[in-house]
Amino acid sequence: MRHVSLILALAAFWLLLSGFFKPFLLLAGLGSVLAVTWFTDRRMKVLDFEGHPVHLSVNALTYWPWLLWEIVKAGWDVTKIILHPRLPISPCMIRVPTSQATDVGRVIYANSITLTPGTISVELESGSILVHALTQAGADGLATGDMDRRSTAFEAAR
Amino acid sequence: MLLFDLLSWGFILAGGFFTIVGAFGLIRMPDIYTRLHASGVLDPFGVTLILIGFMFQAGLTLVTVKLVFIVILLLFTSPVACHALARAALHHGIRPRLTDGSETPSKP
Repeated sequence: MRHVSLILALAAFWLLLSGFFKPFLLLAGLGSVLAVTWFTDRRMKVLDFEGHPVHLSVNALTYWPWLLWEIVKAGWDVTKIILHPRLPISPCMIRVPTSQATDVGRVIYANSITLTPGTISVELESGSILVHALTQAGADGLATGDMDRRSTAFEAAR
Repeated sequence: MLLFDLLSWGFILAGGFFTIVGAFGLIRMPDIYTRLHASGVLDPFGVTLILIGFMFQAGLTLVTVKLVFIVILLLFTSPVACHALARAALHHGIRPRLTDGSETPSKP
């Protein structure tokens, strides 16, 4: 199953990047796609739920727009702080618990924290992430656990 | 298309604005961690907006598809680079300036 989806994704990637449909280039693309698929599976052994997490694609359709909106909101907050004459920052470090079952889920959560302006995940520990927040309000928003719950639901897709 | 031109310019100007604000924050912030908040996070945000503006210029062509690829690559790699910088700073013993009352991090 994962082989088929990787081959389809790579073929689409090749066609969209090249935009040429001459026989030689199509054959070269086919050869490249098959070679890459063989290499990731047999030699690197990364064609699994971590290396090619295609089972997450349906949930990504709801998680990514939510995350983008969070980024826009937080980005505007950070912009206001930077342009404020008194620079009202209150930096703090907090540990937020993680409830994800797999490493993929924890990476998704940590990357979501970093992508959201105002919070950076500094260190991944077992069961928690050490986060540096630009303001106390940003840390409090993260401590509610909303993003943790959503990324756990995202990861739990089957 | 006048509408697409206006949308395109709106996105490009907004992206330029956020990139400049990121650079401005980089200068104003007091230590490396708070500076990362300004540069490492606002910059990809601004660049994404600029690239969306480019997409409106390109229209429904393969160029737009390539710009989408760049945006996706940026959104996957920039938090990793930002996290790597913050983690390297902490491991080298650079203490973040914190406001009173919050926990000081123990070195891992």
